[in-house]
Amino acid sequence: MLAFIIQRIFQSVVVLLLVGLVAFSMFRFVGDPIDNMLGQERTGADIERLRTQLGLDQPFPVQYAKFLTNAAQGNFGVSYRQGRPVSDILAERAPATLELAAVSGLFAMVLGVALGVFTAIRRDGFTSNAIMTVSLIGVSLPTFLIGILLIYLFSVELGWLPSFGRGETVQVGGWTTGFLTASGLKALILPAITLGLYQMTLIMRLVRSEMLEVLRADYIRFARARGLRDRSVYFRHALKNTLVPVITVTGLQLGAIIAFAIITETVFQWPGVGLLFINAIQFVDIPVMAAYLMLISVMFVGINLIVDLLYFAIDPRLRVDRVEAKA
Amino acid sequence: MTPPILSVRDLVVEIPTRNALLRPVDRVSFDIAAGEILGVVGESGAGKSMTGNAVIGLLDRPAHIASGEIWLKDKRIDGLKGEGLRKVRGKGIGMVFQDPLTSLNPLLPIGEQISETILEHLPVSKSEAEARALAALEEVGIPAAKARMGSYPHEFSGGMRQRVVIALALCAEPDLVIADEPTTALDVSVQAQIIALLKRLCRDRGTAVMLVTHDMGVIAETADRVAVMYAGRLAELGPVRDVLTAASHPYTAGLMGSTPLASKGLARLNQIPGSMPRLGALPTGCAFHPRCPKTQEKCRVDPAPPMQGRAACWYPMTVEEIA
Repeated sequence: MLAFIIQRIFQSVVVLLLVGLVAFSMFRFVGDPIDNMLGQERTGADIERLRTQLGLDQPFPVQYAKFLTNAAQGNFGVSYRQGRPVSDILAERAPATLELAAVSGLFAMVLGVALGVFTAIRRDGFTSNAIMTVSLIGVSLPTFLIGILLIYLFSVELGWLPSFGRGETVQVGGWTTGFLTASGLKALILPAITLGLYQMTLIMRLVRSEMLEVLRADYIRFARARGLRDRSVYFRHALKNTLVPVITVTGLQLGAIIAFAIITETVFQWPGVGLLFINAIQFVDIPVMAAYLMLISVMFVGINLIVDLLYFAIDPRLRVDRVEAKA
Repeated sequence: MTPPILSVRDLVVEIPTRNALLRPVDRVSFDIAAGEILGVVGESGAGKSMTGNAVIGLLDRPAHIASGEIWLKDKRIDGLKGEGLRKVRGKGIGMVFQDPLTSLNPLLPIGEQISETILEHLPVSKSEAEARALAALEEVGIPAAKARMGSYPHEFSGGMRQRVVIALALCAEPDLVIADEPTTALDVSVQAQIIALLKRLCRDRGTAVMLVTHDMGVIAETADRVAVMYAGRLAELGPVRDVLTAASHPYTAGLMGSTPLASKGLARLNQIPGSMPRLGALPTGCAFHPRCPKTQEKCRVDPAPPMQGRAACWYPMTVEEIA
């Protein structure tokens, strides 16, 4: 098990290096940060001086190597736009995104699994069919449109929920949280639904189809023939057997929730890292963009590692295979 | 004679399809007494498994019991739903399925699967249920049962898994066990062991057994009485010795003629010409008449008669024909 984890961490480092390389080579085409940093009245000398100062005159491999050495020490450089260390800016912005992602991920998972199980058990019921039809909307409507529709309905027409921002936040240690105030919680609802709706419908449809598959299995018939209660048949025997594919997809989607928070954060002016990234792109703020992409890839890699470990926890057959493979 | 454990009366199972109403089980009646093993034989699609599933209420929609009665001891169990049905399953009737590789939940230790079944049906504590689960595993001959309680199904061979399945079917002390092709998926060398085990356990407890199979050898070795099914109907029903040695229905006679026997030496096996008709395309009259060597005009026109003696046939085999 330990060997497996070490092996995976080694693989993760390779993945991160590649992500960094791809990201870095793309930044060269985004634009020239110097244009934005210096005002209208600049001289050729100013430009050259700043370019040297930022190290942008050096060849690409040198820039990349320098970035890596610094990043390995936790130093992501200084934002071109804000003139502050990128790590400070990220630490300031990350709580907003992580809280939003956690709430929408939870929303997607809990509701997705519950509705998936429900629609599989009552496969021909009216409610199930209604849920399945409505879920098509969740799958097919783009996120920004859902966000705008929700804002229109709940903020503009009904006036129940705020349309932008995080509401009041409380500082707990180095972490700003919106969980502890009423307005912070209210501000979370719309963006969390917007961000998690697609994932929720995806998980629901996946759970449903996996459940329908498993419910046909012999061991489910046998469980019924043994006179077990429906609750036990559905949740103890059936649901557990659907979890491996469900966890795979859920894990990836959780990463996607964090990564694609960009759109939701833009629609709701949510002060998280996604919004930071969009602003960074507009300004060609290379240190911020690089740090953001590295952060996202670390999260993806981490989530995948957790997913792989969960497989072992769920399915005993995998544990055996690994032992045998080593022997 | 003691009243039967299971009594099936004129059972009809129907499957409505877009084109026609199919009857995979048509007016089937039989009894099984305590401690008795009834073998149910027939070709694939003859309605054997469908009958077993109907008894335990496991018919998949749209198949359903259209008419007839099923009695378990003094309780009518056809048409039971929800809690009533759940209490009959496991406690009243245990079931053993064909494929032991797929009938156990791969993610739960076998000990847990047995004790959850016991806890569901018997008024015992958790530790008592575990003790009984262990005893059940020992009884079906799992070596080092105590150590294997926490093992998962994939850690057992096919034969061992079928032993676990049998332990599961019997652990809540049912009055009747329906074994649906319990040895078909197993190695030949293991089949005999499993059959012997099932036979011994049910004898000891006085459990009635409905043994569904297409293996005449298994029937000959195990069953007390045998029911032969053809195209959803009972063709013949009688004590196993009589049916095997002196078949009364021409179909049974044909089946026996096509079974290899060591005593027959290397003689060529007989075949029954043709194949069993599909349910949607049953011939008029007796369903067997196109393949029957004894067909007469009456067989083509009139449906087969109700059981007369052992067979449901207008012209059962005579003594001379058998010899």
